[in-house]
Amino acid sequence: MINSRPRKYLFTKGLDQYFTDVYKAYKFVIRFFKEAFHPPFHLREIINQCYEIGVKSLPLITLTGFITGIVFTKQSRPSLSEFGATSWLPSLISIAIVRALGALVTALICAGKVGSSIGAELGSMKVTEQIEAMEVSAINPFKYLVTTRVLACTITIPILGLYCGFVALMGSYFSVYTNESTSIVSFFHNGFSTITFLDVFSSVIKSIVFGFTIGIIGCYKGYNAVHGTLGVGRAANQAVVLAMFLVFIEEVTIVQIANWIRYY
Amino acid sequence: MEKNDTITNAEPIISIKGLYKSFGELDILKDINLDVYKGENMVVLGRSGSGKSVLIKILVGLLPPDKGIIKVLGNEVNKLSGKELDALRLRIGFLFQSSALYDSMNVRQNLEFPLTMNKKNITKQEINTAVEEVLDAVGLKDKMEQMPSDLSGGQRKRIGIARTLILKPEIMLYDEPTAGLDPITCEEINKLIREVQKKYNTSSIIITHDLTCAKITGDRVAMLLDGKFVKVGKFDEVFESDNEEIKSFFNYNFIQ
Repeated sequence: MINSRPRKYLFTKGLDQYFTDVYKAYKFVIRFFKEAFHPPFHLREIINQCYEIGVKSLPLITLTGFITGIVFTKQSRPSLSEFGATSWLPSLISIAIVRALGALVTALICAGKVGSSIGAELGSMKVTEQIEAMEVSAINPFKYLVTTRVLACTITIPILGLYCGFVALMGSYFSVYTNESTSIVSFFHNGFSTITFLDVFSSVIKSIVFGFTIGIIGCYKGYNAVHGTLGVGRAANQAVVLAMFLVFIEEVTIVQIANWIRYY
Repeated sequence: MEKNDTITNAEPIISIKGLYKSFGELDILKDINLDVYKGENMVVLGRSGSGKSVLIKILVGLLPPDKGIIKVLGNEVNKLSGKELDALRLRIGFLFQSSALYDSMNVRQNLEFPLTMNKKNITKQEINTAVEEVLDAVGLKDKMEQMPSDLSGGQRKRIGIARTLILKPEIMLYDEPTAGLDPITCEEINKLIREVQKKYNTSSIIITHDLTCAKITGDRVAMLLDGKFVKVGKFDEVFESDNEEIKSFFNYNFIQ
């Protein structure tokens, strides 16, 4: 006979909860990799999610990227002109955008827009029993909902990152052009002369990592939402906060690795 | 229902023996034993939070039991592999309390989804026929292109039933089918449950605390109190029980 028993903790309640959460997240990520490489692949749903995540984020990415390019150029110009080095502006801006800003700005926007949307969508599906409804219809909800969304994020966010970089450079050129009549060919020639393959490669790798992080965090928080509508809001909020935090940690780590490769 | 006296001699389609389930320190189900026979509608009556929904979630493998043997259509549920469990689930229809319709899909897509995901070689024509047939069965053919948010509570329940019927289940599990509905809609849903039983020859477990629903839809009633079945039998037998807790449950419901 099972009776009421006092709960025993290995450490303290909070620490036990923390380690349990970390273990659950680890199992979630492992399950993603198991499911992602086994059929069925739900290609139609992946394409649908790529459209939702990628195409529908384009206006926001375009606006933010363009403004980032303009603002960064306007802020850098006075410092460079003090040393009479305004001709270095395209190179400086290109390095900043290609190495860091393009991928980072895209990731932060997507963490806010896509991460919260995935967290809220899956969270509301969880609390309204829609995920269980899939399970009892012999449909694997993890594969259909989580795997497709994480893959779509991992595919589209690097593309958005490259696009954001391009738009930011156009914004930068626009800012430069309003001050001096530099041709677009000259601007890009000057800018790209300092860009190496490693810069582009590390930026794409970074975007892939960011995309995966945003997707998996949004799905994890949504898929494990509890406590009704309160839990849905909490899942969306935590998806954004945790994804942004991890994006910054990953940015620092990948920059360190890229610099180590670049200089040694 | 008269046929009960004969069907109880047959092999049960659902058999639960010595089932225990607890959540943390809270013991929900304690030594549950129940048999449901082919073609029978079994109503599980009990107070809110008494573990009725937990019981049917264990039957489809959504929750694991702590202890006990649960056999559904001859399969021991907690010993099945993932694929075997999926195969079993295709033979069981589950109506959730909230209907659990997919918000991002319209009615047609909600009904098509289980079919297209489980039957790879099905043609568009076959899907259309199946969708029209189940919508006709629940009397909502005209709502095919509507979104779930545009439907009333009763209509959502009906579409939920239609979505389970599209896979032609042998067993139906209804979780509070009349909860939150007005008396007239409740009566329609009760009738629909009986029609489904006749037309699709299903066996069902109906979870409810609604006595009218229990009386109309149930061939037998099992009274769940404090994690145990205190009485199983025809509605009138349970209703006329001398057990004080059962009496107070019935009296309170009628006063309500």
